[in-house]
Amino acid sequence: MERKAVFRTEGITKVYGTGPAAVHALRGVDLALYEGEMVVMLGASGSGKSTLLNILGALDTPTDGRVFFRDRELTRLSDAALTAFRRDHVGFVFQFYNLVPSLTARENVALVTEIARNPMRPEEALERAGLPDRMDHFPAELSGGEQQRVAIARAIAKRPEVLLCDEPTGALDSKTGVKVLEALVSINDELGTATALITHNVGIRKIAHRVIVLADGQVAEVTENDARVPPADVSW
Amino acid sequence: MLTLRALDRKLWRDMRRIWAQSLAIAMVLACGVAVLILSFGTLQNLTETRDAYYERNRFADIFAGATRVPDPIVREIARLPGVAQVEPRIADYVVLDMPGMVEPGMGRVISLPPDGALVLNIPLLRTGRLPDPLSADEVAVAQPFAEAHGLRPGDSFRAVMNGQMRELQVAGIVLSPEYIYTIGPASLFPDNRRFGVFWMSHTAAAAAFDLDGAFNDISLRLTPGADAAPVIAALDDMLDPYGGTGAHDRDRQMSHNFLKHELEQLEALAWIMPPIFFVVSAFLVNMVMGRLIALERQQIGLMKAVGYRTREISAHYLKMAAVIGVLGVLIGWAAGIWISDGMTELYAEFFHFPYLVSAPSTAAFAISGVLAVATVVVGAMRAVRGTVRLRPAVAMSPPEPPKFSRGLVDHLGTWLRLRQTTMMILRSITRWPGRAAVTFLGVATSVAVLVGSFFFFDAFDVMMDEMFTQSNRQQMTLNLTREQTLAAVEDATNLPGVLRVEGGYAVQVRLINGPRESLQSLQARPDDAELVRLLDRDSRPVPVSPSGLILPELLADDLGVQAGDVLAVEFLGGHRETHAVPVAQVARQSLGEAAYMRDTALFELLRVAPRVNQLNLLVDEAALPALYAQIKATPAISGVALWSEVRVQYQEMVDETLFTMIFIYTMLGVLIAVGVVYNAARIQLSERAHELASLRVLGFSRGEVSYVLVGEIMLLTLAGLPLGWLAGYGFAAMTSAGLSSEIVNIPLVVSKQTYAWAALVVFVSALGSVLLVRRRLDRVELVSALKQKE
Ligand SMILES: Nc1ncnc2c1ncn2[C@@H]1O[C@H](COP(=O)(O)OP(=O)(O)OP(=O)(O)O)[C@@H](O)[C@H]1O
Ligand SMILES: [Mg+2]
Repeated sequence: MERKAVFRTEGITKVYGTGPAAVHALRGVDLALYEGEMVVMLGASGSGKSTLLNILGALDTPTDGRVFFRDRELTRLSDAALTAFRRDHVGFVFQFYNLVPSLTARENVALVTEIARNPMRPEEALERAGLPDRMDHFPAELSGGEQQRVAIARAIAKRPEVLLCDEPTGALDSKTGVKVLEALVSINDELGTATALITHNVGIRKIAHRVIVLADGQVAEVTENDARVPPADVSW
Repeated sequence: MLTLRALDRKLWRDMRRIWAQSLAIAMVLACGVAVLILSFGTLQNLTETRDAYYERNRFADIFAGATRVPDPIVREIARLPGVAQVEPRIADYVVLDMPGMVEPGMGRVISLPPDGALVLNIPLLRTGRLPDPLSADEVAVAQPFAEAHGLRPGDSFRAVMNGQMRELQVAGIVLSPEYIYTIGPASLFPDNRRFGVFWMSHTAAAAAFDLDGAFNDISLRLTPGADAAPVIAALDDMLDPYGGTGAHDRDRQMSHNFLKHELEQLEALAWIMPPIFFVVSAFLVNMVMGRLIALERQQIGLMKAVGYRTREISAHYLKMAAVIGVLGVLIGWAAGIWISDGMTELYAEFFHFPYLVSAPSTAAFAISGVLAVATVVVGAMRAVRGTVRLRPAVAMSPPEPPKFSRGLVDHLGTWLRLRQTTMMILRSITRWPGRAAVTFLGVATSVAVLVGSFFFFDAFDVMMDEMFTQSNRQQMTLNLTREQTLAAVEDATNLPGVLRVEGGYAVQVRLINGPRESLQSLQARPDDAELVRLLDRDSRPVPVSPSGLILPELLADDLGVQAGDVLAVEFLGGHRETHAVPVAQVARQSLGEAAYMRDTALFELLRVAPRVNQLNLLVDEAALPALYAQIKATPAISGVALWSEVRVQYQEMVDETLFTMIFIYTMLGVLIAVGVVYNAARIQLSERAHELASLRVLGFSRGEVSYVLVGEIMLLTLAGLPLGWLAGYGFAAMTSAGLSSEIVNIPLVVSKQTYAWAALVVFVSALGSVLLVRRRLDRVELVSALKQKE
């Protein structure tokens, strides 16, 4: 089966700062993210995972190299075009939820559905994320896991083609973490949303189709995972 | 010590980070300081200079005029209890023929004592010498008039005195404590070209006015602590047989009166404006420090954990407020000195003192400095107190996320189907009502300041219309040397170019209502007056009621009477009668407080034949030069008021002074708006940077994200406008009441344009400030904003 790439990178590098203090966060990364797959990214702290994900999601630009989203070269787009790209194609989930505290769960999702082209109803997104009740609660009234599921609902409500998750379970205990992962896996299964997931938890690699390991700003290893297991069976 | 302590180093870094906000607050504070320096400083300077001048040149306490008082009466007056010194004089108005001036000028001649020994109201010689007591044509000229005409000792000019054109020689140039502010009869502003004061020898004056062995003007100085009222009453009684026109104290002396009102206005300014600025700055400091401390909550916890005392931490933050305060004070002092200089120059143009120091007093500096710093420190104190008292463990843990709750706003949102970004705005306002209130009230204050100053244009427009279009439609008023029969009106019609003549008769009266009384001019008005008309309280011309008094509203208020009440009218100037007269009407009058009566009623009351001592003329402009020449040659005319000239002057005054003043007030209003809005927007941005960056990550455009920031501020700005209008009207009412006096009655009128302009200026300032802050949104890097988790 010919797999179509959603994202493709060509030799991207990222240097923070200049001169002797310069930090080479990425040193030539070539990789692809395919339609419908679930990729887990691993790597030591400081290996460049977040930097890479931010560049894919157009939150940041590489110092050098090219990034393609399908046929479009993101590295050539204007700021306005990148905004439109984020609005239409990408969903983000972060370690620290990033919910708007002055909006309720439902409203946080509505925030996105109001500007998306073909969104689902906020209620549906929340159900898919595993949070059918508590829709009218404010973030301050929700647990960490619940807040993260609101963030997932918000990310998927626009029916994005890719979901980029930076340590979504990083701030959660194992039981809550499993619920969040289950939400992500079921969305990947049911909607076919390509998902890239950064984690420090090596056990989580088992839920992925592919695992990419970064080391020192480069891709160190890519493995296909033939025996996927559901999140509930992951040893934490 | 060269090494700063770590905390102080932190202080400077923090200050650098929020320099723009600190500066905005400092500027608002500086306005208050500058106004304090300006008003109290100038007030103190002027008061001290005036008092010293009065003392040194022995300005009199009581003044009185009469027709002709025999010299021996002076000794009787000097014997009155409470009287220390007496200065009898001859003083009268004359028509001047100045080189290079087509229109006639007016002068007031004052005699110098025969023995040359001046006791009171001593003119201060600037150049030359005083006139020779034996000379018939030497005069000392008041400096403003001399300057306006370039007169120097040795020069000469011509005056019509007692029917004769006389050539007068300038012997010297003087200043007088009686004429610090020089204003001709029926004039509004000093016009040093057309009105001048000069002093001549007693013999010459006596000859010129037929007053040999007599005087017609007297000034008294009281013994320290003596009560003026009994002296005034006694003097009135003594002068009554000689045509006394009513004795009065300094408050009815023109120059003193104008100066006094000027000083009162300065004082009012000092009491109203600085508190507004101080309070606004205190709230701003509170808001900014509150935010800073919320951001540094964990650092405070840490400092406490490592052993800093609560007091030390509080001091650290209060020091920041103090730095802002000191900055504001320094800017305010500099601005205050600068404006004081300009103000002093302006005063020197209108008020003639022998000297005037512009340096504001040390006390003004000290008071403004202490008050300003204290205000901001108090503002900061409230913000500091709560957090620094927290236990370290509590302080170090992140603050609870803001608690929102569902309420009215949500129903509104659901009902109106508002966007979520709009909901963010509404929730933020309801969640932080205190901060929203500061923005809201700040905007309202600045609108109020603008309405309260723009209103002057409206008031002056109305006054202009009342004075020159509705009321005084004559081009000139001629004062007659003595009262004449109505034949004079007929005669005047034959003067060149005269289209219409209306006679007038003015007599000095004392209006008495129980303990309240007022010395006024009572003017007789014909039924068919078309030139000089009376206005009702709504500024519409009204016919003169057939009998009874017509009082301007301020006078009626002063006397505590309304239409229908009865006043005792004591006629002065030779009539020596008192009548009870009912008040028929209360009228609107912007200039002066003269009372009116229908001519027929007045003459009937006094049982005399109709007479005139004023002529109001409507003239063909083309014939003016011929008419002027005729006036200069007519002995029966002792004075001219040129209304068309007064109007031009008035317009010039409005253009110069008012524009400057309103420009300054506009700057003040704008500064408040900018200070408040800029700070509110910066705080918003700081609190929401994370949230707004999240919106950008979700794919919201810059414009959409800006909407959340700009929308909230501008919503509050719009909401603040109506309150500002209301407060502005109140402010205008306060100003019009505060500045109205027996000299001018400033009407309380605020036009729609004034409201609109004030709103527009504030709206644009607010929008500009918030857009300035909005630019920072563009610079927020998405990734780093997301990393900073508060
Ligand atoms: N804004 C920045 N300025 C300078 N250096 C940066 C910046 N952001 C990241 N870095 C550096 O780039 C390198 C890669 O950082 P990145 O955040 O991508 O690592 P990571 O793999 O996500 O690590 P972690 O697992 O700890 O989140 C690190 O050495 C980091 O210090
Ligand atoms: Mg990371």
